[in-house]
Amino acid sequence: MRKDLLSKKTVSLKPSGIRKFFDVVSEMPNAISLGVGEPDFETPWHVRKAGITSLEQGKTFYTSNSGLKELRTEIGAYMDRKYGLSYDEDDILITVGGSEGIDMMLRAILNEGDEVIVPEPSYVSYVPCVIMAGGTPVTIDLQDKYEFRLQPEELEKAITKKTKALILPYPNNPTGAVMEEEDLQKLVDIIEKNDLYILSDEIYAELTYTGKDHVSIAQFPGMKERTVIINGFSKAYAMTGWRMGYACGPREIIDQMRKLHQYCIMCAPTTSQYAAIEAIKNGDEDIQMMRESYNERRRIVVHLLREMGLPTFEPLGAFYVFPCIKEFGMSSEEFATRLLEEEEVAIVPGTAFGDSGEGFLRISYAYSIENLKEALSRLEKFITRLRQSN
Amino acid sequence: MNKIEKQLLAMMENNSRIAPKEAAVRLGIKEVDVANALKKLEETGVICGYNTMIDWDKTGIDRVTALIEVSVTPQRNKGFDDIAERLCKYPEVDTAYLISGGFDLMLILEGKSLKQVSEFVTNKLAVEDEVLNTKTHFILKRYKDHGTMMDKQKGDKREKVTA
Repeated sequence: MRKDLLSKKTVSLKPSGIRKFFDVVSEMPNAISLGVGEPDFETPWHVRKAGITSLEQGKTFYTSNSGLKELRTEIGAYMDRKYGLSYDEDDILITVGGSEGIDMMLRAILNEGDEVIVPEPSYVSYVPCVIMAGGTPVTIDLQDKYEFRLQPEELEKAITKKTKALILPYPNNPTGAVMEEEDLQKLVDIIEKNDLYILSDEIYAELTYTGKDHVSIAQFPGMKERTVIINGFSKAYAMTGWRMGYACGPREIIDQMRKLHQYCIMCAPTTSQYAAIEAIKNGDEDIQMMRESYNERRRIVVHLLREMGLPTFEPLGAFYVFPCIKEFGMSSEEFATRLLEEEEVAIVPGTAFGDSGEGFLRISYAYSIENLKEALSRLEKFITRLRQSN
Repeated sequence: MNKIEKQLLAMMENNSRIAPKEAAVRLGIKEVDVANALKKLEETGVICGYNTMIDWDKTGIDRVTALIEVSVTPQRNKGFDDIAERLCKYPEVDTAYLISGGFDLMLILEGKSLKQVSEFVTNKLAVEDEVLNTKTHFILKRYKDHGTMMDKQKGDKREKVTA
């Protein structure tokens, strides 16, 4: 097949750094992994049961393009009780995971040449989706010294006349960073002054460890009308395989997203939507149990990494820790590859999430404590050897 | 009961072997606070023992577990306590509950031979004056015990690396 006959834009996209690493790991069946970006819990049984029951009842047809009305009503109620944000059913679109929402939102707002600011390290799909939607990604290299929180000066510097939108990826995958109320407050004027749209990817909103609830940028005056919140069921309810996401935002944008969604997807999977209704109605206790469990593991991992002398800022969201490995003078990819070869531990290099991830590793703590301890003791052996040989 | 004590109990209910140091890290508190809380919980009898969960089926040792329903005549002023406490004195009885519903006491005898159970029922239990009748059930298979699945599938169903 001649590559020059294919879409130039698609061919030009870089393959995901994760994919490359995945292929190496697949060759090593005995490797223990801290590389997974999804919960280790199975979906709570009552939620699975709701999906099964819907199948038994023969609910095997398409839903409306937007998704089941009951589900959108429940999401509206949830947004109200969590954030005091009021979304009508028509301001909500049920998507196939948060990922689809990201794509649809960008395609709904971008014209050729529009710039979108993408703070990095962050989730792997933002840049490709911006490019495929005809936009130009402008990345911001978030900094370790600010615990990877987006600074107002960094944002201001990245804005040009062509800037259309800002992606706010918090709580963050891969760093575990959060933006607290006072951090977001500092961005509000800049966003307003430059008339930006915001894509706020809040898929990890339920997993924060600040002792306070997650704050959404849409809660600030003047922000809701320019923000599309991307959220979903994958992380909060351990439902990754169900592919259940949703977008809440201004009706003009959601209307355009719905149109695209209708042509591309038709509707999100019906079984998953019925399960999602049960999750959002009766899943608060599940979330709390899982959050507490992640929090214990988070503390252990941070403690062990610091004990072995790796500089590690305290991640207050998601289920990732982002330790710094700059002292070893090798690239993240080289470090991760050697760790895999020598100790059979798979950890994703920070650069899989953007160039500014160089010098860092993404450690997922969505694993059992025994697994975490074993993997980290191997990591310690590895770095002890590195330090001795230097 | 304070928050630390509650969190400790929740954690130790599933793993009594957890070291105070690790418990402290996991809960984000000081090790000395864990030690003090544990001491208090033990002294006040909130924590009244540490057991080991064993899947005896896997050892090949022949043991049975019997659940015995007992109907008794309650005694004036003492209700069921007197007879229950007397039955508890037998070392064969591992667990004894007062139960609402169709019968009164539930006795659980673990890890005995069939002969030991039958001797207990005929020679010790049935001869008590207050005991009206007994019904003995044997456990055939243990699927889940104390929140733990006995034949838990090990292994991770997830892909090894994902974004």
